[in-house]
Amino acid sequence: MTTTVYVPGDSAARSVGADEVAAELARVVTERGLDVRVVRNGSRGMLWLEPLLEVVTDRGRIGYGPVSAADVEGLVDGGALSGADLPASIGVVDEHEWLARQQRVTFARVGRIDPLDLPGHSGRGGLAGLRRALEIGPEAIVQEVLDSGLRGRGGAGFPAGIKWRTVAQAQADQKYVACNADEGDSGTFVDRMLMEGDPFTLIEGMLIAGVATGATHGFIYSRSEYPDANRVLGAAIEAAYAAGMLGRDVLGSRHSFDLTLRVGAGAYICGEETAMLESLEGRRGMVRPKPPIPALEGLFGKPTLVNNLLTLATVPGILSQGSEAYVALGSERSRGTQVFQLAGNVARGGIVEVPFGISLRELVEGFGGGTRTGRPVRAVQVGGPLGAYIPASGLDVPLEYEAMAAVGGMVGHGGVVVFDDTVDMAEQARFAMEFCAKESCGKCTPCRVGAVRGVEVIDKIRTGVDRADNLVLLEDLCDLMTDGSL
Amino acid sequence: MASRHPAWSADAGQQVIDALPVHDRLILPVLQALQHEFGYVDEQAIPMVASALNVSVAETYGVLTFYHELRTAPPAAITVSLCTAEACQANGSRALVADVERSLAPIGKRTADGDVEVQEIFCLGNCALGPAALVDGRPLGRVDLARLTDAIESARREVRA
Repeated sequence: MTTTVYVPGDSAARSVGADEVAAELARVVTERGLDVRVVRNGSRGMLWLEPLLEVVTDRGRIGYGPVSAADVEGLVDGGALSGADLPASIGVVDEHEWLARQQRVTFARVGRIDPLDLPGHSGRGGLAGLRRALEIGPEAIVQEVLDSGLRGRGGAGFPAGIKWRTVAQAQADQKYVACNADEGDSGTFVDRMLMEGDPFTLIEGMLIAGVATGATHGFIYSRSEYPDANRVLGAAIEAAYAAGMLGRDVLGSRHSFDLTLRVGAGAYICGEETAMLESLEGRRGMVRPKPPIPALEGLFGKPTLVNNLLTLATVPGILSQGSEAYVALGSERSRGTQVFQLAGNVARGGIVEVPFGISLRELVEGFGGGTRTGRPVRAVQVGGPLGAYIPASGLDVPLEYEAMAAVGGMVGHGGVVVFDDTVDMAEQARFAMEFCAKESCGKCTPCRVGAVRGVEVIDKIRTGVDRADNLVLLEDLCDLMTDGSL
Repeated sequence: MASRHPAWSADAGQQVIDALPVHDRLILPVLQALQHEFGYVDEQAIPMVASALNVSVAETYGVLTFYHELRTAPPAAITVSLCTAEACQANGSRALVADVERSLAPIGKRTADGDVEVQEIFCLGNCALGPAALVDGRPLGRVDLARLTDAIESARREVRA
């Protein structure tokens, strides 16, 4: 009987030796004449255990990790291929307490499947959302998204259903769907992992958005820093065309939908939706004033549904399970789950998908196990360079849109970066300002000039030049930059 | 060490431009296609792109200089990108950059033999396994100078082969 072994092909797993593990495994099973099928899956998101090797047994998928190429022979000889209990074993992966405490909705399939196996995707509940969408039609789809309470996952948290309805009601000869996968904030990697681990779910979400709004062409704007994700997604789009999922008469319906993958060129600002639209049109990624809103005048001046990758990838599940199931998760006005990313100096980093409302402390200490260095937490950055550093004393804040806004932070894209007590916060502030100066698109003077002046002011503060006055000046400058820029 | 890209020529450049499908006939995708082929965008290509797309030379140049990744000079045989974003800073990327600048080359420069170019990059999406790097397109996590040097050596071997 063939034994199936999963070795992640995710780039985070590859970065710590997954390819070498896969190659060594292939060598050992060939040498021993064993009947083994190696599948390159995405990552389960338990990144401290990567490379995580999984063996399919009667008891479930038994995990071993972290595994190096040098360990492989010993694992095989020790009986890992029948799920033996070895020191590197973490038991049945689905029962691992780190995963068992999560509610994987958007990430339901990531890490479980061969990302490019379309029949397998369909067999695991994939395409059910799209099929239902084609059956119930545009108005009912928009209503379902409205009822789910789904909010945009890029950071701003705008209700997705309202955007969908606006584009659906717009009259035009051509409409577009634009997926923002320009995940530039440090500490965020959920878009990358979904593109690498379950690309068909994203394609399905884009298709549903197309059917709902009447858009017939979609663009995914990804990052050049993500070569693996772009390769996998590109192959998935090709496979979807070949299977009749994209192109004319989607799955035999009367809807047509084309999908194009575009890759950025290292400009952080293009993660902002209007700069992204400019970049998709091939120009400098300069921010556009709103109004007009992209939903009415977006890409090439046509009504465009711009959504974050995670928002679009969540829709197939909402359509297949129904909005009631989704709205039952979460708290207050933050419904459903958020896919948090635990990063930086953290003992157990990775993907934590849980309902909104979990405290930052539970995330950092409960899931993350504190810092990797074992030192006390000093600060946690939430929401990227433009988000906020939350001090160790503020970790009890619940992670939901309104509560985070109340403490001057933002959930953003769900990235959580942990720092221990060796961090120099003034240096981090300088970095943030220097980064703004480097990445400013230059459209608005307060940002373009202010960021440069801000670095100078921070340098003065750090070297003790007119400290009190310069602190007031810096505060004022930050307010001006926030209020005076698009 | 030899470049893996063919040498730029106006004829070859024109072929790349002409081969692009209609929906990619926009400034950024055309410049990206040229860089993909030749490793950089030659100055000679700017008026060619402008003319092919019926846009101004100034607009084309504006796009070329806006995006950090587009380059106007050929790359080294091997590119090393070190992530210097916050999550990697939390895991010691500043110390790594200092090590690299001391023993390999300053950020933005090449090693003495000219084969390896070191650059900083803002986030490779490997934020739980930092410091992260990309050596010749290959992802590396939990990087220190020793692991980085090994990866560069194996990239050198691949380029020679």
